[in-house]
Amino acid sequence: MVNYIWLFMIVSGVVAGAIQGELDLVTMAALKGAKDGVAVCLGLISILVFWLGMMRIAEDAGLLQKLAKLLNPVVRFLFPGVPKGHPALGYILSNMSANLFGLGNAATPMGLKAMEELQKLNPDPKTATPAMCTLLAINTSSLTLIPTTIIGMRMEHGSANPTDIIGTTIFATLCSTIVAILLDRWFRHRLEATNKTNAS
Amino acid sequence: MLAIVTQISQWMIPIILAFIPLYATVRRVPVYESFIDGAKEGFPTAIQIIPHLVGMMVAVSIFRETGALQFYLGVFKPLLARVHFPEEVFPLGLMRPITGAGALAYVESIFRTYGPDSFLGRLAGTMQGSTDTTLYVLTVYFGAVGIRRSRYALKVGLMADFAGLLAAWFIVRLLFGA
Repeated sequence: MVNYIWLFMIVSGVVAGAIQGELDLVTMAALKGAKDGVAVCLGLISILVFWLGMMRIAEDAGLLQKLAKLLNPVVRFLFPGVPKGHPALGYILSNMSANLFGLGNAATPMGLKAMEELQKLNPDPKTATPAMCTLLAINTSSLTLIPTTIIGMRMEHGSANPTDIIGTTIFATLCSTIVAILLDRWFRHRLEATNKTNAS
Repeated sequence: MLAIVTQISQWMIPIILAFIPLYATVRRVPVYESFIDGAKEGFPTAIQIIPHLVGMMVAVSIFRETGALQFYLGVFKPLLARVHFPEEVFPLGLMRPITGAGALAYVESIFRTYGPDSFLGRLAGTMQGSTDTTLYVLTVYFGAVGIRRSRYALKVGLMADFAGLLAAWFIVRLLFGA
C-alpha cells in the first residue's frame, strides 16, 4: 500500500505540473522535499542522542522493567506476542506515557527504541510483526491528554478560552485510538488465520 | 486550568531528568557511563531514517507544491456538500495524515480567517490535536529498523485518522454548535 500511495503522489504531482505547463515546479518540489527530509533527520539527532542516553540509565536501573510490571495487564492485552519481561515492553510503555503527557519530543526516541527491541524478536527483519503494527497504530492515533501546540496557537490568536478544546480533543483522540486498536486486532487475527491455513 | 497545564508540562521533564539518574545512583548504576552507552545509538538511528524520510517527503512535496493536492480537494467538494461537512476544514482532514507541517499551517490560516473560538477554529484545533501524522510516524518508525513491508499498519493508521475526524466533527458540533 505504501508503494501505491508513494507512486500516486509523485505521478499525480507530475501530471498536475504538466497540465499547468510548469514542470520545473516538480523538480523544485522534489529537491525541497529531499532537503526537508534530511533537515528533519538532523533535527532528530540531538533528541535521539539525548533521550536514548537518559532511557539507557532508566533501563540499567531497572525502572523500565518496573514500569512494565506495574502496567502488565495493559501490555498483555495490547502485545500478547511479546514475551513477559522483555525490554521492549518498558520502552513501549514509556513511549505511550510520553505521548499521553504531550512530551512528543521524548516519545519518538522511546518508540524507536521499542521498535528496535521488537525487531530482535522478528523472524523476518524486512517485514513488520503484528506487535510493531500495534505500536504503530497507537502512535499514529496518538493518545494525548493535552494538545499543547494547539493551545499555544489558540492563545497567540487571542482565544478567550484556549483550553476549551481539551475535552473535544480527548474525545476525538480516544475514538481514533480505540478504532486503531480494534482494527489492528482484526487485521492481526486475519493474518494469523491465513498463516495457519498456509501452514497446514 | 491553563496555569496547571503549562505548569505540568514545564515541570515534567526536569523532574524526570533528576529522578532517573538519582534512582539509578541509588541502585549503583554508573549513570554517566550508562548515558553515553545509550546516547551512542542516537546518531546511527537518525542516519538510518534519512533515506526513508527523504523518499517520503519528496513525494509529499511534489504532491503538495504542484497543486495535485488542491485538485483532489476539489474533487471531494460536492461530496462534502452532501454530508454537510464544513468544506473549509476538509483540506485539513486530507492533509493531516500526510504532512504535519502543512496541516499546522492550515490550522493557522483557519485561526486567522475565522478566529480560534469560531466553530471552524475549534473543529480544526480538535482535528489537529487529536491525531498524529500517520505517514511520517510510519516512515520514521519502520525506517529506523529497516522494515520494508509494513503489512496492514498504514491501512489501520488511515482508517483511525478518519474515525478521529468523524469523532472531532461530532463532538465539536455537539458541544459548540455548528
